[in-house]
This record gives sequence, C-alpha cells and structure tokens, in this order.
Amino acid sequence: MVKSKLITNLTNNLMPLGLSEKQINRGVNLIINQIRSCLGKGGRVEVRGFGSFNLHYQARRNAHNPKTGEKVISPPRYRAHFKPGKELRLRVNAAAKIVQQKSKPTLVAARPVEA
Amino acid sequence: MALTKANLAQYLIDQAQFSKQQAVELIELFFEEIRTALERGETLKLSGLGNFQTREKKQRPGRNPKTGEVVPVSARRVVTFHAGLKLRGEIEKLVPSDIEEE
Repeated sequence: MVKSKLITNLTNNLMPLGLSEKQINRGVNLIINQIRSCLGKGGRVEVRGFGSFNLHYQARRNAHNPKTGEKVISPPRYRAHFKPGKELRLRVNAAAKIVQQKSKPTLVAARPVEA
Repeated sequence: MALTKANLAQYLIDQAQFSKQQAVELIELFFEEIRTALERGETLKLSGLGNFQTREKKQRPGRNPKTGEVVPVSARRVVTFHAGLKLRGEIEKLVPSDIEEE
C-alpha cells in the first residue's frame, strides 16, 4: 500500500466528519512531516498501540569498498529505529497464525531445543 | 519530550484548521490503516517517512534471562521499518561533530 491509497481509504472513512480528500491529503502530509522533523531534531515519537520511533546511535566503524577493497571509515551516525507497539505486534502475529493454521491443518508441536 | 498523538492533533488544529474531532479521528485512523495493512501482511510505503513491512521469523532457541534455561522462541511474524531517503537525510545532519580523532 502506498500513501495515495491510504489517503483514499481515509477519505472514505472520514466523510461523515466533513473532511475533503484535499484536507486529508494535507493532514497526512503534516503528520508525516512532523514525525520526520521530530526525529530530525533528535527527538522521539510515541504512539500507544502503534509503536515508537527513536534514534539508535551507530558507532564509527572501519568499512571497505567491496569492489576495490579500499578501506573506508564509516563515520558514527544515527539511524531511525521503529519499535512496534504491543497492539501492532500482537495483531500482526495473530494474523500470521490464522494464515498458518489454514494452510497447515496439522500443527507441529514446538519441541524445546537442547542446550 | 516525545511527540505523541495529542501533539500531532494540536498541530493539525493550528496548521490546517482542523476541528479537534477531525484531527483526533484522522490521526487515529491514519495509524489504524497502517496497522490493518500490516495485519494483512502488506508492505506499506509512505513517501517522506519510510517503508513498513512484515517478516516471517523461524523458531529459534532462546533463553530465559532470569534462570538461564533454554526455551524455544516460537516462529512469528514481525514488523520492520526502514527509513526513507528524506528521513535518512535529515537524521544524517545529526551526526555529532565532536568525532574522536585518531
């Protein structure tokens, strides 16, 4: 799914509130821009039931160009990290289990792994 | 302080003349649409932010950190997020300038 489809879905659902597609488009872009600019300032974003975005620090490391073998120093940097919230995690995993049970009617018992 | 749904709602009210109800509902549904798409196992591409997708994880051995006992971590489906170009570009600017020299 891409943004335009998401906006179409939201428009259909938000019709009763008197929001036009144009307003919803603007709103969605504002939400995305706010999340981005918050992370861009080193902040974090937290949405209950959905998840949180924060930054993970990645230390400097010695890398190399795989083509030439030349050594390159990869500078320390931050990476955006998303941690799914409880509701999202459970829903996605529950959906996976339903699909599994449909395709594989015989359930294999989980065997504990020996140390 | 972390950006929350309440902050986002206030932003929509201030910037785009949404009513409180409109702002709250749009934000709630925005995240719900993403959850629903991921629940269906779809990949979600949001330009300006990044991509969300689901991955299948196989069962693997794990440990109970308290007792050290080996217990299997069951097979599961998880959500991953990869930052898009625009977001990565903004985060790159954050790199601390006080890099230790060698």
